[in-house]
Amino acid sequence: MGLQPYLILAACLFTIGLFGVLTRRNAIGILLGIELMLNAVNVNLVAFARFTGETAGLIFALFTISITVAEVALGLAIVILIFRVRRTVEADNLDLLKG
Amino acid sequence: MGWNGIPILTLITWAPFVGAMLIMFTARHHPLAVRLIGAVTTGISLVLSLAVYLAYDTEAAGFQFYEKISLVPPLGISYEVAADGISLILVLLTSIIIFSGVFASWTVQTRSQEFYALLLVLVTGVFGVFVSLDLFVFFLFYELAVLPMYLLIGIWGSSAQVRPRGIFGWAMRETGVGSKEYAAMKLTLYLLLGSAFILVGILALYMAAGGSSFSFLEMEGAAFDPVLQRWVFLLFYVGFGVLAGIWPLHTWSPDGHASAPTAVSMLHAGVLMKLGAYGIVRLGMGLLPEGTHDWVWLVGTIATINIVYGALSAMAQTDLKYVIAYSSVSHMGIVLLGAATLTEAGLNGAVFQMFAHGIMTGLFFALVGLVYEKAHSREIFKMGGFGRMMPGIATAFTLGGLSSLGLPATSGFVAEFLTFLGAWRSAHSWWLFPAVAGTFLTAVYVLRVVKQIFWGEVPAHGEFHDLPDARGPEWVALVLLMFVIVLFGMVPWIAVYPIDTATVPLLTRLGVRP
Amino acid sequence: MNAGTLALAALGLPFCSFVLLAVVPPLRRAGRAAGALSIAAIGGSLLASLVLWRTLPRESVELTWPWLPAEGGPMATVGILVDHLAASMLVLVALVSFLVQLYSLGYLEHETPPALGRYYAYHSLFAFSMLGLVLASNFLQMFIFWELVGLCSYLLIGFWYTKPEAARAAVKAFWVTKAGDLGFIIGIVLLWGQAGTFQFSGLFQMAADRTLPTAGLALIMFLIYLGAVGKSAQFPLHVWLPDAMEGPTPVSALIHAATMVAAGVYLVSRVYPLFLLTPDVLALIGWVGAFTALLAATLGLVQADIKRVLAYSTVSQLGFMMAALGAGAAAAGFFHLLTHGLFKALLFLGAGAVIHAVGTNDIWKMGRLYRAMPQTAIVFLVGTLALAGIWPFAGFFSKDAVLAGVWEGGLTTPFLMLALTVFLTALYMFRVVFVVFFGNRPAEGHPHDVPLVMSGPLWILAILTLGWGISLAASGGEEKAHGPEWIPWLASGLAVAGIVFAWLTYQKRAVSADALARTFRPLYVAALSKFWLDDLYGGIYRGLLLGFSRLVGWVDRYLVDGLVNLASAWTLRWGDGLRRIQTGRAQDYLYGVAFGLLLVIVWSYWR
Repeated sequence: MGLQPYLILAACLFTIGLFGVLTRRNAIGILLGIELMLNAVNVNLVAFARFTGETAGLIFALFTISITVAEVALGLAIVILIFRVRRTVEADNLDLLKG
Repeated sequence: MGWNGIPILTLITWAPFVGAMLIMFTARHHPLAVRLIGAVTTGISLVLSLAVYLAYDTEAAGFQFYEKISLVPPLGISYEVAADGISLILVLLTSIIIFSGVFASWTVQTRSQEFYALLLVLVTGVFGVFVSLDLFVFFLFYELAVLPMYLLIGIWGSSAQVRPRGIFGWAMRETGVGSKEYAAMKLTLYLLLGSAFILVGILALYMAAGGSSFSFLEMEGAAFDPVLQRWVFLLFYVGFGVLAGIWPLHTWSPDGHASAPTAVSMLHAGVLMKLGAYGIVRLGMGLLPEGTHDWVWLVGTIATINIVYGALSAMAQTDLKYVIAYSSVSHMGIVLLGAATLTEAGLNGAVFQMFAHGIMTGLFFALVGLVYEKAHSREIFKMGGFGRMMPGIATAFTLGGLSSLGLPATSGFVAEFLTFLGAWRSAHSWWLFPAVAGTFLTAVYVLRVVKQIFWGEVPAHGEFHDLPDARGPEWVALVLLMFVIVLFGMVPWIAVYPIDTATVPLLTRLGVRP
Repeated sequence: MNAGTLALAALGLPFCSFVLLAVVPPLRRAGRAAGALSIAAIGGSLLASLVLWRTLPRESVELTWPWLPAEGGPMATVGILVDHLAASMLVLVALVSFLVQLYSLGYLEHETPPALGRYYAYHSLFAFSMLGLVLASNFLQMFIFWELVGLCSYLLIGFWYTKPEAARAAVKAFWVTKAGDLGFIIGIVLLWGQAGTFQFSGLFQMAADRTLPTAGLALIMFLIYLGAVGKSAQFPLHVWLPDAMEGPTPVSALIHAATMVAAGVYLVSRVYPLFLLTPDVLALIGWVGAFTALLAATLGLVQADIKRVLAYSTVSQLGFMMAALGAGAAAAGFFHLLTHGLFKALLFLGAGAVIHAVGTNDIWKMGRLYRAMPQTAIVFLVGTLALAGIWPFAGFFSKDAVLAGVWEGGLTTPFLMLALTVFLTALYMFRVVFVVFFGNRPAEGHPHDVPLVMSGPLWILAILTLGWGISLAASGGEEKAHGPEWIPWLASGLAVAGIVFAWLTYQKRAVSADALARTFRPLYVAALSKFWLDDLYGGIYRGLLLGFSRLVGWVDRYLVDGLVNLASAWTLRWGDGLRRIQTGRAQDYLYGVAFGLLLVIVWSYWR
């Protein structure tokens, strides 16, 4: 099939994820966007690994998955804690570090 | 190594620092001990500087009392100190001023231990700049001489009232013009801006000389590319010039000096401004002959502006400290004019004026501090008739004023006269006329101030009755400074001779026949 | 004792006195003890000067020491130059100083001891400075002492510094003479630029050998002359001298009559060989001198303050001296300086006696004083006759010499001005004599004659004035005067005419002074307003100088510093503006990251 379709898929997924991260108001939506971006990266890595024969890409993909899991757990935990304190998960309202 | 093995220049430089450490760690709650430590350590510096001055071999000339400790060999940084005719007189000046300053600050009330400690650290920096032969360490000491000013003025200074006016009035309001914090901030930031220029210049020279050594002696022999010299001299001129108070980069000086406490003003106007001129002479003229010749027309012309502009501004002031501050701006013009003439007489005059004006302005600020302390006012036109109540202060003030307007038999005359001779002999003879006009203008505002404050009747409606004259420790500062003014005015060769041994080789290196 | 040592002794004694009085406060505060020290010192100087004058060697004696070292020989030296000119001046200065200091013990008897001590300290400093000026061997040294005598003048005019008028007068004297000194110092520097030396002997040698470059020499000598214009109160810098009368009268006698103001004349005499190379400048000196003489005489005629009459008289006589110098008769000018020193000091001290007795300076409050103060009246009359130029007083011979010199020098209009001045001099002086000592209205209060310490100096001066004149008459006066035969007769005639006119107007009241004033009304008003010169200077000072300085001060604080504050304020505002990027929202930051990443990618592809 060729490499391009996979790369295009990865690029689309990444862009959709980025768009989600930048524009969604709900914090959980942002986390979902991050998920999408990470998955896009995985697709990219695996695609290159498949088409160049380098196993390094597969190893990186495994790393990414495990780190993604940890990050999601942590991210959701933080979102829940924030909700407990501030009763909101709207990203626009979380600006305590405003300069 | 040193003087017969004694690292005397190091002792002179670091004795005040040791004093500062002693004060902070042992005498924190004993005000009298603080002052005694201050007096003793600066006294040590004074005695040693006098010894060094007398021990200098004028026949051999050149840099003497040499010491070197290698600090960072790969980069070529070492602690290298020595003194020649120019540095010696300035070291002497510094020690006289700080010794007097210690006594002039005797009555500081709040947190006197921090005050004295900061002052002594500052003075270490000043000594270090004058004796340093390694450009990196030179810069280090230079910064050390600037930074404590922020705290000294910001905490122990005094504020004045300034009405924001004019097209930049909004800017004045926004920055809080008039308060001591404003003065401290402006002074520190402006001087640091200057030192940024200096640092670039130093690094440029370091790189151009091969990047192996910061030593002045090694760079002296290096023939730098003329184009490089041209812009590095300009960097040095602007950078050091800020500290020297060249127009139009002088405006940190009136507010800074006026808001600063007495000893700080004495030290700053008396010595630190000379650091700027010293930098231009030592680094600018000493290392960059072609650059000097390219820019000397600018240095001299701006110096004449300083002289006349400073004098006219002083004439317009109503606050006594501002009069003295602008007077300093004016007299620094004479220093730079003398240097710009590139003649033996002019350069001798410039260095002599650094000394003479330092003493005179130290005396002035000490006196202003006393008057302020006793009368609680700096407004000239509200005062009058003080001469009857404080004749000692009146006499000292008059003597300082006479030196400032260049009356013969005071050190001010010798300095100015040498500068006049140099100006006429220089490539820009017209510089003579603004310089002479400057002395006339100085006579006008100085005598006007003396008459207004000390002569006449005490104003009936004011609060100035039964003002006391100078007392006890205050007299030490005044008598010492007055004595030096008259001594160097009547027997100037004791200073001109050593200075000459340093300026003639400098001029020879610049390719000028003295 | 050789000449050099004597000169140094004369110079050193007052210096030691000054130093002692300056640094030993208890001695100074003792008042009369300070006076005794100072008088002893100047007495010693007088002795040394007299011995020096009598034992003067034929050639001039010069001693030099280096002062400002430089590569290849000192740049400036100090030393002494003793010749006939210096020796004569030395005697005059020491003698008048001695007599005045003695007189002051009586005149200032009501001063507090500390103030008296301060007075004598200043007097010692003045004596040292004036003697130093006389003995100076080079221009720089002369300038140094020139300024120092100016300082003493300032300190002594302002002796009673709590009086606002005295304070103003002192400062004015300093400023006006300083203006002249600007020309002086510039001239000295320029001359050094031309000739390479400050030494008189060197310069005279160059003038004689014609090795002195003459390009611009006229300008240089003119600038040097400006110093004399200020110090010797020539028009237009004469305005400080009348105001200087605010100082104690002995000070006026010493400094503002006999010695300091004569320094300008002495300067011109001293460097006369150089002035001879610039005849245009000499001509100018002559004209200005004559004009000053006439102008001051008209001003003296309308004054009511006895000291001011004498002050304008001094200005006028200084004009005489300068006129003689300008016309080429240097000896005559200097001769008049010496005689004038004596009789003008006499007149001032006499006026001081009168003021001390009556308590006012106003001549219209005095009258018939010859009854109460016969001694003073006699000596004052002696002085006045000398000033008017009546034979056989010393003033006759010197004034005669001046007139002859001006005539022989070919300055005709100045001669006419001086002739008119002779008439006016006699007129205004005898106006004072008749009003104060004779007249019909007796003075207020109970005046008494003066104690010995004051009358002693008066008598000495009177005897010298008369005695010198008689000795000149006896030795045949032609050695001093070189002019045509009719000059002495013209001078005497004019003087007598002046005396008679004064007698008619102020004693006999045959001529009405008021009617005269009305006839010459414009001139009268102008003279009362001092020809509006003071107003002009005041306007320049307050309007031009102070106004301009206020402008500069404003520019500095509000424009130059304004720019600095502007930079600071802008930085603060930009900082405030940039703060808005820190929204606190993570998404906004991510926008930044994403955008930046995009830029980096694009940029890396561009290269």
